[in-house]
Amino acid sequence: MGLLSFYLRKLYTVFRGEVLVLPSRVIVLLFFLFLLLLPIVTQDPYLLRILILASIFAIFAASWDLLSGFTGQMNFGHALFFGVAAYTAALLNLHARLPPWGSIPLGALAAVLAGLIIGIPCLRLRGTYLALTTLAFPVILSGIVFAIPQVTGGELGLSGLDRLSGSRLTDYYITVSLMLGLGAIMWKITQSNTGLIFHAIREDELAVRTAGINTTRYKLLAFCLSGFFAGISGGLYAHFMRIAGPANLEVTMSFTVVIWAIFGGVVTIYGPIGAVFILFPLLELFHFWPKLRMLMFALVILLILLYMPDGLLPWIRDKIETECPRCKIRNVATRKACRACTAQLD
Amino acid sequence: MLLDILISTLINGSAYALLAVGFSLIFGVARIVNIAHTAFYMLAAYCIYYGTQKLGLEPVLCMLAAVIPVTLIGLLSYRFFIDPIREHEGAVLIATIALAMAIQEIMLLLFTGDFLGVPSLVEGYRLVFGVKIAYQQLLTFGVALVVLLAVWVLLLKTRLGLAIRSTAQDREVANLMGMNESRVAMITMGVSVGLAAFTGAVVAPLAIVNPFMWMHPLIMMMAVVVLGGMGSIKGSFIGAYILGFAEALVVFLIPMGAYLKGSVALSIMILVLLIRPEGLFGIAFEEER
Repeated sequence: MGLLSFYLRKLYTVFRGEVLVLPSRVIVLLFFLFLLLLPIVTQDPYLLRILILASIFAIFAASWDLLSGFTGQMNFGHALFFGVAAYTAALLNLHARLPPWGSIPLGALAAVLAGLIIGIPCLRLRGTYLALTTLAFPVILSGIVFAIPQVTGGELGLSGLDRLSGSRLTDYYITVSLMLGLGAIMWKITQSNTGLIFHAIREDELAVRTAGINTTRYKLLAFCLSGFFAGISGGLYAHFMRIAGPANLEVTMSFTVVIWAIFGGVVTIYGPIGAVFILFPLLELFHFWPKLRMLMFALVILLILLYMPDGLLPWIRDKIETECPRCKIRNVATRKACRACTAQLD
Repeated sequence: MLLDILISTLINGSAYALLAVGFSLIFGVARIVNIAHTAFYMLAAYCIYYGTQKLGLEPVLCMLAAVIPVTLIGLLSYRFFIDPIREHEGAVLIATIALAMAIQEIMLLLFTGDFLGVPSLVEGYRLVFGVKIAYQQLLTFGVALVVLLAVWVLLLKTRLGLAIRSTAQDREVANLMGMNESRVAMITMGVSVGLAAFTGAVVAPLAIVNPFMWMHPLIMMMAVVVLGGMGSIKGSFIGAYILGFAEALVVFLIPMGAYLKGSVALSIMILVLLIRPEGLFGIAFEEER
């Protein structure tokens, strides 16, 4: 009993010292709690649907950040991973009768394979060349999709897939917990040594190579990891919407994910996730004026960018937190002295 | 058949070449990947449609008049949305994407999503070996060549061209040598958008005008720029005709070719890049650090 209360007190101390000290961590905690506890308050199917789609696209946007934000390998064809996974999941589900828990991971593996296939030629290219070349891959694939309609369903796509689960509520918990889990995993990857190398590749690839690190291998790893997470979201999307169509491969899809990620702030993982959860419901809100919807979306992005070109979430984070000049630890903006080294904050 | 392919190659190739030159100009000088480039091309096509069908103006007049408002719109949007965030590459990128989307949506609102047609500037055709060649096609090709030549002269023979080229090579040094870098960027933006508008104007009578007509040229234009080598006008020129030829071949020779034309052209680009990562005529720069 005493041991239990000791652990509880220790947990509380850690919680107070590590989570409550920084407003950004409190916000993340509240975000987790909000998503997990929301169905207790309301089970409105429309609201749940929006949040399910937002979760799916949040995984997608974060996976773009993992590749393009961290390693700096601008990928303009991210829809390729999404589409490959969606089509693979759909084909496996329709022809091999594989249930969603089998077809989604296999779809993600197909996306990893796609990442390898496009990664190997693309890694010889740099910067804008890479960005413009990657744009080509989803277009090539969608051409093939249209050319063999007997396999891929052509313009109509493949429809009639199994549902993710029996009810909207279970769907909600599956996607939201997957989003939170995969988001945490991606964030953990970026905080690890591998993530450090990704950072370094973006900043100065030559220096990383000079340090004896095989950058090609790490870039390929980034392509595969990103492809895997994007693939999961593609499979989820196919099973939730019960259709895999050429729209998943469109240029618009690739551009939207870039918009989400950069709007939220790249090289953060949490930025793209937050951006999707802000922009996607906003887009739904504009449904009241269906004709003006995309126009308002575009204008909101243009106007917000003028004030926060580094992205929305880093901007907010800089407002509520300051970095200690001496020990580089983050503090609440209201503190006068650093919480770790008591250096003066200005 | 052979002649059909040839004509299609020349027309599409010239359009891609014009677009690609404008795109790589602004990329070279200001490091802006202007996704909205072909949106301006579409805007010009709509201007011509509006002028000829709604106002009943003379087509040739419209063609020239379309370039001016589109260039103005391009410069204004550059001044207000792109210039303030020039330092942030990612932000500029999505600003141009958002701009393209906004233009598309405005056109959708004003003209609905209908497929529209624009009358030819010159009527009539002549038969060559049993193949119809419309005068409009000849005109489009001729004008495209003249404009390309004009751009080449502008870049290589004038002081402005010298300023543009030196800013593209090294922005800081160009600034130190007394060139107003932001003004050069502004002028280049004008030239680039003007080129896009001109392309839209000459191609409009041969194309179907609709709010989504910017997508396919955008992809092909980027492929041309990469294939020919970034910053090389000669490269863009040759790359454009290679890809135009590939597209035409696929459309005319393979069943279901219309779906596959983009795929085949882009696959060719990727194959070339496997052998020469810097494109056909690009120069392999030392890594920028």
